Amino acid sequence: MLIADAIAAPPSDWWAIAPQLVLGGTAVVIILMICVKRVDPGWNALVAAVGTVASGVFAWEQWRQVTTDANPRLAYSGMIAVDGFSAFLVLVVCVAAFLGVLLADQYFKREGIDRGEYYALLLFSACGMQFMAAANNLVMVFVALELLSICLYVLSAWNRDDSRSQEAGAKYLLLGAYSSAILLFGIALLYGGTGTTNLARMAEIFSENVTREPGLVLLGMVFVIVGLGFKIAAVPFHMWTPDVYQGAPTPVVGFMASGAKIAGFAGLFRVLETGLAAFEFDWQPLLVGLAIVTMLGGSILAIAQRDVKRMLAYSSIAHAGFILTGLASGTAAGVRGALFYLVAYVFMIAGAFGVVALLARRGERYTSLDDYRDMFRREPVLATVLAFFLFAMAGIPGTSGFVAKFAVFTGVADAHQWVLLTVGTVASVISAYFYLRLVVYMYMRPEVDEGEAQPAALPRVRWAPATVVALVLTVFFTIQLGILPQGLLDMAGKATLLF
Amino acid sequence: MQILDSAWLIPVIPLVSAGVLALAGRRLKEPIAGWVATVAVGASFVLSFGQLIALVGRPPEARTFVRTLYEWIPAGGFRVPVSYRIDPLSVVMILLITGVGALIHLYAIGYMKGDRDFTRFFFYLNLFVGSMLVLVLADNYLLLFVGWELVGACSYLLIGFWYQSSPNATAAKKAFVVNRVGDFGFVVGLMLIFSVVGSLDYGAVFSIAPSVMTAAMATAVCLCLLVGATGKSAQIPLYVWLPDAMAGPTPVSALIHAATMVTAGVYMIARSFVLWDLSPTAQGITVAIGIITALVAAVIAIGQFNIKKVLAYSTVSQLGYMIAGVGVGGAGYAAGIFHLLAHGFFKALLFLCAGSVIVGMHHEEDMRKMGGLRTKMPITFITYTIGFLALDGIFPFAGYFSKDGILAALFEHGTWWSQVAWALGLVGAFLTATYMARQWFMVFFGKPRWDEDVHPHESPWLMTVPLIVLAIPSTLFGTAGLPGFNQLHRWLEPVFGVAGGEPELLNATTFALLLTSLVVAGSGLVVGWAIWYRATADQRATLAGRLGGVVPFVRNKLYVDEAYAATFERPGYRLTAVLGDEMDQRGIDWLVMGTGAAFKRAGAWFSKGQNGLIRAYAAVMGAGALVFVVYVLARGVSR
Amino acid sequence: MKLNLFLTLSAFLFCLGVYGMLARRNAVMILMSIELMLNAININLVAFGALHGNLTGQIFAFFVIAVAAAEVGIGLAIVLLIYRNRASVNVDDVDLMKG
Repeated sequence: MLIADAIAAPPSDWWAIAPQLVLGGTAVVIILMICVKRVDPGWNALVAAVGTVASGVFAWEQWRQVTTDANPRLAYSGMIAVDGFSAFLVLVVCVAAFLGVLLADQYFKREGIDRGEYYALLLFSACGMQFMAAANNLVMVFVALELLSICLYVLSAWNRDDSRSQEAGAKYLLLGAYSSAILLFGIALLYGGTGTTNLARMAEIFSENVTREPGLVLLGMVFVIVGLGFKIAAVPFHMWTPDVYQGAPTPVVGFMASGAKIAGFAGLFRVLETGLAAFEFDWQPLLVGLAIVTMLGGSILAIAQRDVKRMLAYSSIAHAGFILTGLASGTAAGVRGALFYLVAYVFMIAGAFGVVALLARRGERYTSLDDYRDMFRREPVLATVLAFFLFAMAGIPGTSGFVAKFAVFTGVADAHQWVLLTVGTVASVISAYFYLRLVVYMYMRPEVDEGEAQPAALPRVRWAPATVVALVLTVFFTIQLGILPQGLLDMAGKATLLF
Repeated sequence: MQILDSAWLIPVIPLVSAGVLALAGRRLKEPIAGWVATVAVGASFVLSFGQLIALVGRPPEARTFVRTLYEWIPAGGFRVPVSYRIDPLSVVMILLITGVGALIHLYAIGYMKGDRDFTRFFFYLNLFVGSMLVLVLADNYLLLFVGWELVGACSYLLIGFWYQSSPNATAAKKAFVVNRVGDFGFVVGLMLIFSVVGSLDYGAVFSIAPSVMTAAMATAVCLCLLVGATGKSAQIPLYVWLPDAMAGPTPVSALIHAATMVTAGVYMIARSFVLWDLSPTAQGITVAIGIITALVAAVIAIGQFNIKKVLAYSTVSQLGYMIAGVGVGGAGYAAGIFHLLAHGFFKALLFLCAGSVIVGMHHEEDMRKMGGLRTKMPITFITYTIGFLALDGIFPFAGYFSKDGILAALFEHGTWWSQVAWALGLVGAFLTATYMARQWFMVFFGKPRWDEDVHPHESPWLMTVPLIVLAIPSTLFGTAGLPGFNQLHRWLEPVFGVAGGEPELLNATTFALLLTSLVVAGSGLVVGWAIWYRATADQRATLAGRLGGVVPFVRNKLYVDEAYAATFERPGYRLTAVLGDEMDQRGIDWLVMGTGAAFKRAGAWFSKGQNGLIRAYAAVMGAGALVFVVYVLARGVSR
Repeated sequence: MKLNLFLTLSAFLFCLGVYGMLARRNAVMILMSIELMLNAININLVAFGALHGNLTGQIFAFFVIAVAAAEVGIGLAIVLLIYRNRASVNVDDVDLMKG
């Protein structure tokens, strides 16, 4: 009796982690399926897709409860936060995972590496991202981050006979582990400075002003920013991004670029806004600097690229800079803009990489700018869809990219941070250049200059139904969020933190 | 009321039609796609006309109709709605855009015959017109910016439409990059407005701005917006893209130069006149930029041999007048818009004529290989002549009254700089007459200089009908702003306020100004006639060989002509060479494009650091972390 | 309570790990360096746990150990892949992609 009392588990609040449970459970089901009998991995994909949708339904229900019944809460001894912010991002992760599943099947069949375990790993990774979105404890942050990262390491090296994919896996793993160690060091220091890993409790401690070791806390904060900066690919912690994005299988990149970034931002935001809110004047300049360097670095480096996947990698770095801008502004409008941007970005980047995966053909041979020469004539529909995503990323009005940039910049203007605003505008001008260069190659460059290879004559790309669904969804939402962004902006406005 | 409620359809119809064309692709066969696009713009024109009638039916003070379609983006404490504004200013703009646009669409059906991307071309055209309509009808700066950006993107696609030669793609890229530089200024201006006024709605901005904006702030805002206008409306220093943009098909040039795109900057300044009124400094700078552009571009135009390039520089020059007009304020706002409309008609006409000539000459664009075309292409010749007289500012064609309106506004503004601008404007008018006369004579008169295998012919009716239709407003539109009656000024009065009105009666000053303009334009014509028609090729060559000084010509009659020739031709060419090549190519061009190149080089340099080595990456990350640590510790210590 | 000794030791080991990460070319050695960094942090966590008198630090250390094991497992698998392909575990050879 006494022992039972001593180890009594905290009351279980299954609802709080229902989306995560569904995703993790689906992953286990997929593994069991494979153990029982290997079937066409398309069936595993179907199960995975159903799982993400189910998880999304739970997340939506959570969102509805949290926003209407005003019932945000902590669960599992403060490990999990169920608030607007977590429900919102959990939902976005479901979207990213769903797109990742849809875009994978055709690609892996083409490459001859379709194994059902892929979907299990993807779901485990997505599960980690969702836990990250809901984490209210630094232990949770770390474990969730590792769950999502370790799965992504494997996924990057999924094409295990391809030396580029191996290299991507190795680079991601070694640098990822290194950055995790740095993050963990930061977490340990924060724990040392406060005596707790619970972010809400940490905030209370700071508000009571009983910090014994502000030095420890500041150092810890820096290392946490660095570690999470790696995940969101902020300059100068972005170095792995182009290599990994170029080498990893393209559908993985689509998922990684969207999902890992969501998780990274979720963690960064939660730690800084909840746990370290008292130190806002210390971390805000860091974020401003990070945002400036990231926007400029990503845009400028992208100009020099001749590989499309690599260019998109740098573009995703630049996008991370724009999202950071919203956080760095420190205003409610900026944060809302950043969340909106994150969603818009998920659709754009998943769609763009989806098209690139199709155009790259078997063995991912055709990813250089020259291979995109006159693509419009060879693949009119795919070229148009890709051009559309490029315009969206460049922030052309009528697309979600424009609204996203505007929403972020209004936050910055609200905060009167003119330097940040100017740099952001300059960076978006620069980035338009390289997006449009690709459009030029696809639409306006039929002739081949001297010393350049003629693009190979290839049969038309075939479309699998799942790919069509994914691309239609991404295009639809990119337009919809550009023309009728109100709904999502309202949602992003309500996606507030519990504390 | 019902017609006004349906105004949102005006931009939507072309945009939907563009969507249809994009989705249909090549399944829609050649002429049908063109007709679909033309009918769409035509329908918008009919609707726009309906708006005009609806507004006329209202009392002047109730002629502003704002309608919110839906809430779009929340920004800070307020929301940016998607809303349109029908008022006298936007109505005349949409009439111009849809009217001229529809004619250009019709013409393009003939011009683009047999092109392999026929449908795609009309998709772009429709998108272009639709975007411009969004820009003009917008009721807030953000929606205006939406149209602003879309127009830029469309122009990029259209200029690069014929991409067989790489100059076209380069020109397209240049147009886009330069426009983005302008957009940068515009965005900053927009954010400044937002941060000061807290809103981007026209109504809110114009009512609040005068009370909350200091003169310095207004100057900053106006200058930022002006940077945007110099990009879109091709003013110094961002005009470089427009002449290069000639690489696109001629209907595109006509559309860009007359109805859409370049008018955006002028329109935007006229729309924001409240802000300009707050800052005399900005007004002065605007006028200076406008008038200098007008002069420089006119000088450059004299030396061009490409039939479209002459027209392109002439557009830059005329835009300079418009910018100067809206810059000077007061009566200038209405005068600038007046010239914008008149110019829209006759410049579209001129470009379409040039296109007709180009098609007739088997895609020859060099004027040195033309000549004597007036008998071969009579309709083109007559309509071109009308457009030419209108641009020259010869009584009673449209350009005469509209340009004079701007000059009068400059003169009557009464400050020393506006009077200087007026004088410079007169010089520009003289040069305008000269270079246009030169083109007219070179193309249509003299001996045929075309190649053996070229057989010039008149264009099909699809192309000539728009020419004839456009010739009518080019002739008669001047009556809309007859000095002393000023129908257009009065029409625009509800927008620009009472200050926009001109003196009611035709007084002596106005009359003198009118006469001066006419004399200047006429003498420019005469000079052009003397040099490029009267004088023989040998005489021109001899003159060109001698620089200034005493010209030993005995024949008295020719003395004046030749003196003009010596004064203008040789130094003109030289000046043109300097301005055109040195300054244009190496100076401004270098500055604008060089910035791009610098970023490119920076990218290449930085990407060397991305050396692929894991350990190097780890080191960079560590260094980054170290910088952060040092920063935080240094801050912590200083606290 | 000689907390500072533990912290110094931990910082020293952590820096040693970072140094190994930057200086070693052998992928296995790099993995070991990362292990070293993680274990340095474990010392930190346990020391802080003792300082604050709660169990969080110790429990966290267990999590770290478990995660580190998983990470190294995957890491060795990938290193093996590379070794199979290139017959080398020198990370400086892994530079197919750059720029």
